Parts: sequence; C-alpha cells; structure tokens
Amino acid sequence: MAKNIVKQDEDIKKKSNFEITIRLFKYMKPYKFKVFIVILLMIFVMACNIANPYLLKTAIDKYIAGDDLKGLLKIGIFMVGINLIAMFASRIRIKSMASISNNILLTIRHELYSHIQKLSFQFFDSRPVGKILARVIGDINSLQELFTNSVTSFIPELLTLICVTIVMFSMNYKLALSAIVILPFLALSMFFIETVSRKRWQVFRTKRSSVNAFTHEEFSGIRVVQSFTFEEKKSKAFVELVKEMMGAFMKAVKLGDLFWPLIEFSSGIGIVLVYWYSVKLIDKGNITVGTLVAFTSYIGMFWRPIMNISNFYNSLITNFAAAERVFEILDTKPDIVSIHDAVKMPRIKGNVEFKNVTFSYEDGGVVLDDVSFKVNSGETIALVGPTGAGKTTIVNLISRFYDAQRGEVLIDGKNVKDVDIESLRSQMGIMLQDTFLFSTTIMENIRYGKLDASDEEVIAAAKAVGAHEFIMKLENGYHTEVNERGSRLSVGQRQLISFARALLSNPRILILDEATSNIDTFTERIVQRGIKKLLYGRTSFVIAHRLSTIRDADRIMVVDGGKIIEEGTHDELLRCKGLYYDLYMTQYRFLSEGA
Amino acid sequence: MKRVLIKYVSKYKIYVIIPFTAMLLSIALDMFNPYLSKIMVDRVIRGKEKELLVMVLLGIGGISITRSILGYINEYLFDYLSSLVSIDLKRDLFRHIQSLPFKYFDGMNTGELMSRIGEDVDNVWRNVSFGTRIFIENCIYFITASIILFKINYRLALISLVTMPFIAYFALMLEKKIDKAYEKISDQAAILNTTAQENIAGVRLVKAFARERHEILKFLEMNKTSYKLNMEQARIIANHFPVMEFLSNISIIIVISVGGMLVIGERLSLGTLVEFNGYMWMLIWPMRMLGWITNVMAQSSASAKKIFNIMDLEPEIKNSENAVKLKEIKGQINFEDVSFKYNDEYVLKNINIEAKPGQTIAIMGTTGSGKTSLVSLIGRFYDVSDGKVLFDGVDIRDMDLKQLRENIAYVSQDTFLFSETIEENVRIGNIDASLDEIYEACKKACAHDFIEEFEDGYKTIIGERGIGLSGGQKQRISIARAILKNAKVLILDDATSALDTETEYQLLKNLYHGDKKITTFIIAHRISAVKNADEIIFLENGRIVERGNHDTLLKKKGKYYEVYCEQFKDFEEFNRQVI
Ligand SMILES: Nc1ncnc2c1ncn2[C@@H]1O[C@H](COP(=O)(O)OP(=O)(O)OP(=O)(O)O)[C@@H](O)[C@H]1O
Ligand SMILES: Nc1ncnc2c1ncn2[C@@H]1O[C@H](COP(=O)(O)OP(=O)(O)OP(=O)(O)O)[C@@H](O)[C@H]1O
Ligand SMILES: [Mg+2]
Repeated sequence: MAKNIVKQDEDIKKKSNFEITIRLFKYMKPYKFKVFIVILLMIFVMACNIANPYLLKTAIDKYIAGDDLKGLLKIGIFMVGINLIAMFASRIRIKSMASISNNILLTIRHELYSHIQKLSFQFFDSRPVGKILARVIGDINSLQELFTNSVTSFIPELLTLICVTIVMFSMNYKLALSAIVILPFLALSMFFIETVSRKRWQVFRTKRSSVNAFTHEEFSGIRVVQSFTFEEKKSKAFVELVKEMMGAFMKAVKLGDLFWPLIEFSSGIGIVLVYWYSVKLIDKGNITVGTLVAFTSYIGMFWRPIMNISNFYNSLITNFAAAERVFEILDTKPDIVSIHDAVKMPRIKGNVEFKNVTFSYEDGGVVLDDVSFKVNSGETIALVGPTGAGKTTIVNLISRFYDAQRGEVLIDGKNVKDVDIESLRSQMGIMLQDTFLFSTTIMENIRYGKLDASDEEVIAAAKAVGAHEFIMKLENGYHTEVNERGSRLSVGQRQLISFARALLSNPRILILDEATSNIDTFTERIVQRGIKKLLYGRTSFVIAHRLSTIRDADRIMVVDGGKIIEEGTHDELLRCKGLYYDLYMTQYRFLSEGA
Repeated sequence: MKRVLIKYVSKYKIYVIIPFTAMLLSIALDMFNPYLSKIMVDRVIRGKEKELLVMVLLGIGGISITRSILGYINEYLFDYLSSLVSIDLKRDLFRHIQSLPFKYFDGMNTGELMSRIGEDVDNVWRNVSFGTRIFIENCIYFITASIILFKINYRLALISLVTMPFIAYFALMLEKKIDKAYEKISDQAAILNTTAQENIAGVRLVKAFARERHEILKFLEMNKTSYKLNMEQARIIANHFPVMEFLSNISIIIVISVGGMLVIGERLSLGTLVEFNGYMWMLIWPMRMLGWITNVMAQSSASAKKIFNIMDLEPEIKNSENAVKLKEIKGQINFEDVSFKYNDEYVLKNINIEAKPGQTIAIMGTTGSGKTSLVSLIGRFYDVSDGKVLFDGVDIRDMDLKQLRENIAYVSQDTFLFSETIEENVRIGNIDASLDEIYEACKKACAHDFIEEFEDGYKTIIGERGIGLSGGQKQRISIARAILKNAKVLILDDATSALDTETEYQLLKNLYHGDKKITTFIIAHRISAVKNADEIIFLENGRIVERGNHDTLLKKKGKYYEVYCEQFKDFEEFNRQVI
C-alpha cells in the first residue's frame, strides 16, 4: 500500500450493486419484526391518504347531492376517526423507523470503528487521519438517508404499484400495455444514469474525503502554518480542493437531477400514448368511454409510486459510494493479528532475543539487517546511534507493531507472533517518541496506563517521575484539562506525564524511546532517581541521544546502518574507541573548538 | 440562517431568479393539464371531435417536455447555487479560523473544527438548495390556491383556513424544540468527530497500551449518546408531523361538512363546493409541508449558528490600525520588562533581553520554566501581558503582522510536517526557492544525505505529521524548512533534541558558520548546543536566574555549572585516565 497524501484521490474498488445491497440489508435482519410492523403501519397510513379523496367524493356525490345531513355528519365523523388513527399510526411509524435506522447506523459505525482498531500501523502509516475519519463519520451519516427511505418508501410504494398495475390490467390489458410501454425505456435510461452517476458519486466522496483530510492537517498544523505565514497559500489550496469537490458534485447531479424530469417526461408521454391508443380503441368499439375515464384516473396513481421508487433508487445510487467506502475498510484484513490458537503470554520474565531479524517498512529499503542480540531479564539496555539508524524500529518489533520479514523476535523464548497480542502488549510499558496525550484531565491521561488505578496510584506514579510538583501548581491540579495532544502543557511536562503513564502500567518490559529528550538535566536527574527503584528487576530499553542519560545502563548497544555494531558498558565502549567513542567525543569537540 | 441568505445567497441573485422563474412557469403549465384532460374527455372522447385529438396530445406532450426541461433547469441551478454558497461559506470559515490566534486553538479540538467546516456547512448547503426550493414552491401553491379559493367562495375559504393557526402553532412549537435538538446533535457530532479523531491520531499510543477495547467502548458511549439525541429528534418529529398532517386533513373534512350543510340548507350550490374541493388540495399540501420546511430550516439554522459563532470571534492578534512596515530589517530583538500569562498565573516575569543583529541567545531552564512561552512572544503568537517586545526598536504590536512573521523562522518543539513530498515540505519555507536552494538548506540542516538515500529522494512522500521518518529526520527537515526561509531571526526551540551529538554538532556548526547576520534564539538542554552562544539565559519559574556566556557561567558555579558537571562528570575523569 503506497502512501496516500492529502490531495491525492483514494482508489476505491468498485463492488457490484447486488453485493452492496445484500450487505446493507443484512443489517436490517435483526429488526425484521419491527420492519414488518412499520410496513404495515405505512400501508395503513397510505390507505388512509388514498381513502380521503374517495370518501370526500362519496360525501359529495351521495350525501350532499342527496341532501342527507345525517349521512354527511356520519361520514365526516368517520373520516375524522380514521385520520386520527392514521395520525397515531404514523407517529409510531416515525419513531420505530427512526429507531431501526439509527440502530443500524450505530451498529455499522461501531463495527467499522472496532475494525479499524484491529488494523496495524501499516494501515495508519499509509493514509491521513482525515480520510479515515471521513469514513467513520461522513460516509456512515449518509447511509442514514438510505435506510430511512428504503423501508418507508420502497416497499409500500412497490405494493401500490403492483395493485394499480393489476387493476389496470384487469380493466383492459391493451390499454394497460400502452400505459406501461414507456417503462422499459425509462428503466433503460435510469440504468444508464446509474452506471455513470455512481462513478461520479464515488469521485465526489473521494474528493470530500480529501477535503476532510486537508482540514484535519491544516487545523492540527495551524501553528506551523501561521508561523510560516502560509495562510494565503493554504486557503488557496483549500478553496481549490473544495471547488474540485463541488465540481464533482455538480457533475454527479448533472445526471442525478435528470431523474425527476425524466419521470415527468415519461409520464407525459405515457399519458399521450394512452389517450391516442384509447381513441383508436373507442373507434373500434373495444372499450367504453366510462372505462377510459376511470382508466385515466388510475394513470396518475400509477406514476406516483414510480416517482417515489425512482427517488429511492436515486438516493441508493447517491449513497452506494459511501457504503462502498465503508465496506472497503471492513474488508481490509488486519495483517497483525493473534494467530488462530494464540496462547496468552504468561507473566513476562524479561528475556528478549532477536534472532537474525531482517526488517523493512513496506515502501522502503532494509532498515534492520540480520540483527541478533540477547537481553537477560532485569537488564537495562541502552540503544544509541545516529538518527535514522533503526533504534525505534527495533523496539517497534519487540512490541510487535510490525512483523519482521525474516528472523524471530523471542520474549522468554516465545516467538511474539505466537502469543496473544493483547496479553503481550499489556505487559509492556512503552513510551513512544511522539508523545501523545488525550484532551482530558491529567489524572485520566496517566490512568490510561492502568485503567483501574486508584487516584493514589496515579499520584504515586506522577511523584516517581517528579511531575507531581508542577501538576499541583496547575489551576485544577490533577483535574486540569490538558487540551488536544496536551497543548496546555510544556513539551517536557507532556513527556513527564506520558512517562508516568508508562510506569503506572507496571510493565514487565519498559521501553523508553527518547523519553527525556525534552526534559532538562535537573528534572531528568530527579526522574532517574525516582524510577530506579521501580525499574529494579525489569527489563528496560532506553533510547537516548543525551549520553549522560544512558551512562548507567547495564549494556549499551550502538546501532548504525541497521546493524548493532558495538555492545558493552559505557567504559568498555569508550575504551574500544568506536562509534560510541566518537559520539561521546563530539560533545567534547564543542568544548574545545569554538564552533 | 438569515445571515446565510442575506450574505451568501444574495450574491448569486441570478441563480435564484432563473430557477424561480422556471418554477413559476412550470407550475403555471401544470395548471393547464386538468384543462387539457377535460377537453380530452369531454370533447374528444365524448364529443368525438377527432380533429382536436392531435392538438390536445401535442399540448399534453409539449407541456410535459417543457416541464421536464424547466424542472431540470430548476433543480440543477438550485444545486449550483447551493454549491456556490457552500464554497463561499467554507472558504470564509477556513480563512477566518486561520486568522485566529494560538490561544483559540489551545482550547479547541481539531475534530470539532472539522465538524464545523464539514458537517455543519454541509447541512446549510443541503438545505439551501432543498429547503429554498420546497419553500418557494409551496409558497406559490399556497398563495395561488388561496386566491382561487377566496374567489370561489370567501366564506368557505375562511373556514378552510380555520385550522391554519393551530398548524402554525405546532410549527412554532416544533421549531422551538427541534432547534435545540439539532444544536445538541451538532455538538454531539463534533464530539464524535473529536473522539474518533483523537483515537486515530493517537492510534500508536492506543496500540502500545493495548487499549483497543477501552477505546471501542469509549466510542460506543458517544455513539449511543448520539443515538439518543437522534431518537429525541425523531420523537419531536413524531409528536408534531402527524398532528399537523391530521389538522390539514381535518380542514378539508370541515370544509366539506360545513359546505355540505350549506348546500343542503341551499345556501350554496353543489357545483361551487365541488370546484372548491378540487382546489383544496393545493392549499392543504403546503400546510402539510410546513412541518418539513420547519424541520429543514431548524437543522440548517442550528448549524449556521455554530458556524457564525466562530465567524464572530474577533482575532485577538491582528494588525493594529496604523501598523508600521519596516523598510529595512536588521533583526534586533529586545524584551523590555516582559511578563506573560496564559490564564491567571504568570509564566514569565520581568524578562529583559537584548539580542543584537547576528547574536545568538541560548535559553536553558527547567521543564515548564517558560522557554517556549518566551520565544513564542517574538512571533506574536501570544501577546505579552506587561512590558513589550521590540523588533528593530518597534513594538511588535505596532508592526505589520505578516512582515513580522515573515522575518522570523521558527522551529517549534513539536515537529509538524505535512503529508506531501519532502521537497514540498521544505519549500514551505520559501515557495519560490529553486531546487538548488532547497538542497542547500537541507545540506545545512544535515538532511541532504539521508534524503538522497531514500528511493525517491526529495520526492519521497511522507505521511501525516511525518510518519515514516525517524524522530531526528523529522527535526532536520523542519530545520531545513526554517533555514530556507532565510529570515533575519531564527528560533530553534529544542529543535535538535532527537539528534545524535555528531549530527547536532555538524548542524550547529553549519548554522554558525553560515550567514553570520542571523539573530538566533536557541533553546536546548545539552551544554554542547548552547556553549557558543553570545549569551546564555537560564530560566526558572519564569524568571531569569542566571545569564552570561559559557565561561562566565562556569566560573559562577551556579545552575549552569551544575548542568555542566552532570553532563560531563566522568568526561574529565576519563580524559585523565586515557591521557
Ligand atoms: N513507518 C515507517 N514507514 C517507512 N519507513 C520508516 C517508518 N518509520 C521509520 N522509517 C524509516 O526507517 C529508518 C529507521 O527509523 P527509526 O525510527 O528506527 O530511526 P531511529 O534510529 O529511531 O532514529 P531517531 O534517533 O532519529 O529517532 C529511517 O530511515 C526511517 O526513515
Ligand atoms: N497553552 C498554554 N496554556 C496555558 N498554560 C500553558 C500553555 N502552554 C504552556 N503553559 C504553561 O506555561 C508554563 C511554561 O511552559 P513552556 O512551554 O514555556 O515551558 P518550557 O520552558 O518551554 O518547557 P519545556 O522545556 O518542557 O519545553 C508551563 O507551566 C506550562 O504548563
Ligand atoms: Mg518548551
């Protein structure tokens, strides 16, 4: 999967209409009974609506013309009665239908969201957040219309259509034929519109998703935009994208808007045909004038359901694109999953071994090249090396964020691929290089490490990393909201919070990827003192560039060019005068040379 | 909603007038149909006037063709109108959001903003076309029908309107209730968006803690709330629509009953009643639609309200009335007695700094001591609370904001890259830069080599926020971006924290040996990075506690010295051993 950038359109594989329809209607299955009731109610309400003019006609023709006041009042009261019942029926119908369609929406959204959680990093690496969001929110919203319309209009209208057709045929099959002769043409042109306009709706949704991604990126990077006075350029790019989206929309409706006029047109032609043909038939004496007059009134009733059904068809086409996009994600197989009979990882002792591991990201060269090492339980391992050497990648493999192409990653002798992922990761405390905090309170953010932790435990973890003091100084202490990504806090403070979070999870293996890179030396000293006790007996991996941070590690591994080229304690490595020595000495070079 | 109509729709009068005319014509034509049918039945079929057949058929056919063409024009142009309005609305909203200060974004979630510019504008957009069309159409029908009915018999017409006040009352109630419901729905949509956005943006964290199930449950909660709100909306509709429909049906029944009595009492002719009945539907239909129209209008006005809430925010940081535009930029920065607070508590107090053109000021200090806050005042991302910041002797609040920011290159602490190619990312520093200039900047930032190593080199596409690059690689690209800007003032906020010492050394060397005229502010935690600065400032709790250059600070044996010892403690020892 190549990377998809914001402005680039996604590729959506086209699914067959049949497949989509079947899949959509599967969601309705649990509500079979309710749907049935809704249809019944709907038919009742429609029957009332049809009965109204008929009853009025009777009232006029029979009672008023016949000067029957009593009868008139009777029929009046009767009408009020059935309309009252219809009112209650349609009330129930609206509520039930809303409950069905909203329930389905809830189900699909939940399903989609749950599925997305299962997908691996590779999926998220390759597409912007805004585009995934577009599917979870926008695309699913547009399915609502489809479900609401489908039951309420499609089925009852179809029934009406069938009834009217039967009546028409029973009256005079020749006239009936002349009335429906236009239908195949209508169907054909609709089919044509459908094929073309579906593609266009997909283009529209794709563009829409790009706009979504653009705004997401823009608003999350607004600080960069403003500091580079890039507002004008971004506005222009945005308007460009929106115009493209609207252009796609106009292109789609250019066809879509043909629906109504087409039906208008066909019904007109249909009526002309009937008149023309009927005059001929009358000439031959095949039908009576009375039949014809009655027949013409049915033609109106014949076209109304067709209009409504086509309208439904139109909304189906409009929203199929959205369904397609939702199903596409649902059909993406998660590539990092626990194997079928995965065992739970028992309590981790902390022996970690890499056996000839070779790894490359999907769209890049080899990042780790035949890496082997062994770490004993309880050791503190430091990973150092030039930037981009592959340090983060190594720890990514330990927690199985990616799978190695060759070789094995073993924890306590077990291949990480063979154990249940959740049981593995829940025993690790990982502090990612990119600090991420949720926009909630500090308390909740730290608690994310251990969901059932008491307030005291949270505070203890914060104390251990020396964060307690500054937290208490904030306006609401632990209950201060930190805003998106923690922007309420200084970057170092964010790191401390996420450090506390990792500690709270009481991990068997602790991974600290540049955990203190934005923290000053004093605070770092406090952190190190604080966590020393906690780390005792646990395996930990520490990545850092500030060499004073890692001086005390049990073992230092120097990574360069995807290989581990040196290994040993601080003193040993200095003595062998390799890369580590060079890195270390550069600091000194600063001191001696006036740079 | 009114504002949308006035401000945005009125601009495109022609796209209202044409479809409106088309609609009128089409309705007028529609009135001929019953007449033609009548001729058909009465004269052609019953009266056997054959010669009329072709005429009538041509008439019916012609009307239906014209009507379908008019209908198409009407629909298409209304769609066009709404898409124009939507583009304008999105553009204005986007521009406006961009002009808001950092402070606004500190308290605002990306997901919510996306919801406003996405779903909310779409709501307005959809309803402008659909709502306006239906509204106008129904008004026309209602007015025409009323006129006709009053002409036929004004007493009956009055009776037929008797339920109207009740319908109007229900419409008002509906409007009031559903408006609130839609506002809640719109807010909930923003929450849903925010939750999902945070989850997806933070998916690495979620997975690192194996918290997928927790996240799913969290989202399910939101999802359920949204379900409840939608049901609430449906409930309101269910409580109003059927009643309104009932009332409109009742009004016909009343007319026929009362009219019938009059006929029976011989105060009215049967023919009039029948005729009246024929046009009654034209009056009833718009009454029934009133519910729909109210609903659609309420939805869009709830969304419009949210949009205009943002539009009405005054950007706090903007050009002053008579902003100064400097002719020549030297790059001198002065802080004079600057104090600053985000909320109630001061995070910077009495800061005095003088950075002469070309000087390097290094800032150190404990976590949260105010370093980032201090440098973010220079680019006027926040305004000072007391004192002033001067750029070349001019208070930056009096300077042209654009000019100020154009002359400052700021590398922020949390790196942000766009999901474009590396080349385009660097180019943000200077749109017009040539490829060579970009290479040059990347070389200075020590980024050229690793970029060249990628298969696609500078054309390598990077993911959102720089996914696909290592931490140090991201930082170097963002530094290259700032270098390319070639501004007189450069601010590096902990911008080398993810670099190994060698690379950092090389990078800083390149910077210092380059154009000496750049005034540089550098925040760092490693002694190696700050050592060569003209002045090193040590911050603690928002105050300057130590200042001076490397040598004087070492002699002082204060905080700086302590940091030095910590970072180099065994270094001297080691030197002794080796040498
Ligand atoms: N998600 C990814 N997709 C593709 N390539 C990646 C991805 N993440 C990292 N890389 C590439 O893999 C290489 C190693 O990256 P890694 O993050 O492991 O480096 P690192 O040693 O941790 O560097 P730093 O010290 O700068 O954080 C880099 O060249 C980087 O561009
Ligand atoms: N947007 C904000 N709103 C309110 N308070 C803030 C905001 N940003 C930072 N603060 C607070 O202001 C103080 C100074 O923060 P600042 O980011 O300037 O620190 P810093 O010295 O840069 O720290 P670090 O070394 O961790 O980056 C901190 O206590 C922080 O919590
Ligand atoms: Mg900072």
